[in-house]
Amino acid sequence: MFEAIAFYMFSILVIGMFLIVVFSKNALYSMSALAGGMIFISGFFFLLDADFLGVVQIIVYTGAIMAVYAFGMMFFDTTRDVKENIRFKKIIYTLSTLSAIFVIFILLAPVYSGKIEALYPSIQGVGNIQMIGLILFTKYLVPFELAAIMLLAAMISGIVLVKIKMEETPTDIEVAKGEK
Amino acid sequence: MIETALIVETVVKAIIALAVIAGMAGFATFIERKVLAFMQRRLGPMHVGPYGLLQLAADGIKLFTKEDIIPQNVVKPIFMIAPVIAAASAFVAIAAVPYFPEFTVFGYTIHPIISDINVGLLFIMGAASVGMYAPLLAGLSSHNKWSLLGGARAVIQLLSFEVVSGLSILGPVMMIGSLSLINMNDYQIGGVANWLIWKQPLAFVLFAIAGFAETNRTPFDLIEFEAEIVSGYATEYSGMRWGLFFIGEYANMITISVLVSIIFLGGYNDIWIIPGAIAMLIKVSLWIFLFLWVRAAWPHVRPDQLMWVCWKVLMPLALINVLITGIVLV
Repeated sequence: MFEAIAFYMFSILVIGMFLIVVFSKNALYSMSALAGGMIFISGFFFLLDADFLGVVQIIVYTGAIMAVYAFGMMFFDTTRDVKENIRFKKIIYTLSTLSAIFVIFILLAPVYSGKIEALYPSIQGVGNIQMIGLILFTKYLVPFELAAIMLLAAMISGIVLVKIKMEETPTDIEVAKGEK
Repeated sequence: MIETALIVETVVKAIIALAVIAGMAGFATFIERKVLAFMQRRLGPMHVGPYGLLQLAADGIKLFTKEDIIPQNVVKPIFMIAPVIAAASAFVAIAAVPYFPEFTVFGYTIHPIISDINVGLLFIMGAASVGMYAPLLAGLSSHNKWSLLGGARAVIQLLSFEVVSGLSILGPVMMIGSLSLINMNDYQIGGVANWLIWKQPLAFVLFAIAGFAETNRTPFDLIEFEAEIVSGYATEYSGMRWGLFFIGEYANMITISVLVSIIFLGGYNDIWIIPGAIAMLIKVSLWIFLFLWVRAAWPHVRPDQLMWVCWKVLMPLALINVLITGIVLV
């Protein structure tokens, strides 16, 4: 019973939060609601006994949305409403509604036909982290390593891009400009 | 029936932990003023009650009964919810912390941990990372330039040191092979020689430094440093809302102290003739004292020095530590 109560509570919270994200005109409301919704999603993982994934959901998305906040801080006055400039309202609303319905159909079709089954059923007595490790390092080893290489490349290119001025502080640069 | 008993037990534990930690956080503010006063050859609060002890109650009454001022141009809901996030995330984190060894009362064994989830350590770090939103939201919603600067500093500081604390903790996790704090404690059974600090000294130092940065204690208290940005993100706050930030900070300090004690300093295992619970209290008190000592002894660093030390010194050291641990283990 408690699981059902918790599930419905989290569902209502998540849907409510994401509605605020879409409909609010204030950037600060939208970003905060996005963060809240992402954190509430982790509740479903905890309900399904996937503690590890739940915690990872919290850690990853708080960090990710923190970056969105940084952009919000740079581009908007977050205490004022953003003036939205939407010209083709009807097309946007029809397309978004249609695509939402499509996604629901795609996700629900296998559940409805009853043909969904776990390729790697969970093993009794093995912890959460161990199971994820087993699957990551057997079935999904190649995509996992590819993702790692991609992240490494992205990190190195990021460092190279900022490296040029890394040894100089902003004051040094100003002084150099003044001399010229 | 068993389910009901479990729920009652959990609720009772949660209320006790909440009350005790909130009380300890309040008391820590008093201790902080006293310790700082003694280190600066002053007496500190002396007038209210014996030895100034009731100053705590007086401050509490003042905070609770002060008018709840919300400035005109702030984003109201966000401004109001930010301090709640600070306190709530600090208290959520303590749900997965084991404080004492289990004990038996009237034939009923009590585990002094609210929820023994398998990934306790990660959960605590996740809750702490949610706590970052409090200064950020406060800074963004306050409609005040000092607050905005404080919020921006909060993001860079907490996000950067999250990396260091996460990487430094990887070494011990690799050695123990579990993220549960109870397993970490059990790994160090058998006296001081088995403490993890001897096997992972570098990780210990890095985690301690990152702990200072994540609780904004003095060498790294840039996000509310008075001389530069007034009071940072908390400039517009007063009364109980400011008090919630304060309680959150001290609760975080206690959590970090408990984490260091459990992961590196032998946890709640008995030392010689000292029983485990007392040993734990001593270790946590010493860590709180260290927090205050550092505040009295050291000036704070500049933001660029902070970033430099985080990304160019601490993070490479943490990576080297992980690498060495991996090589030794293999």
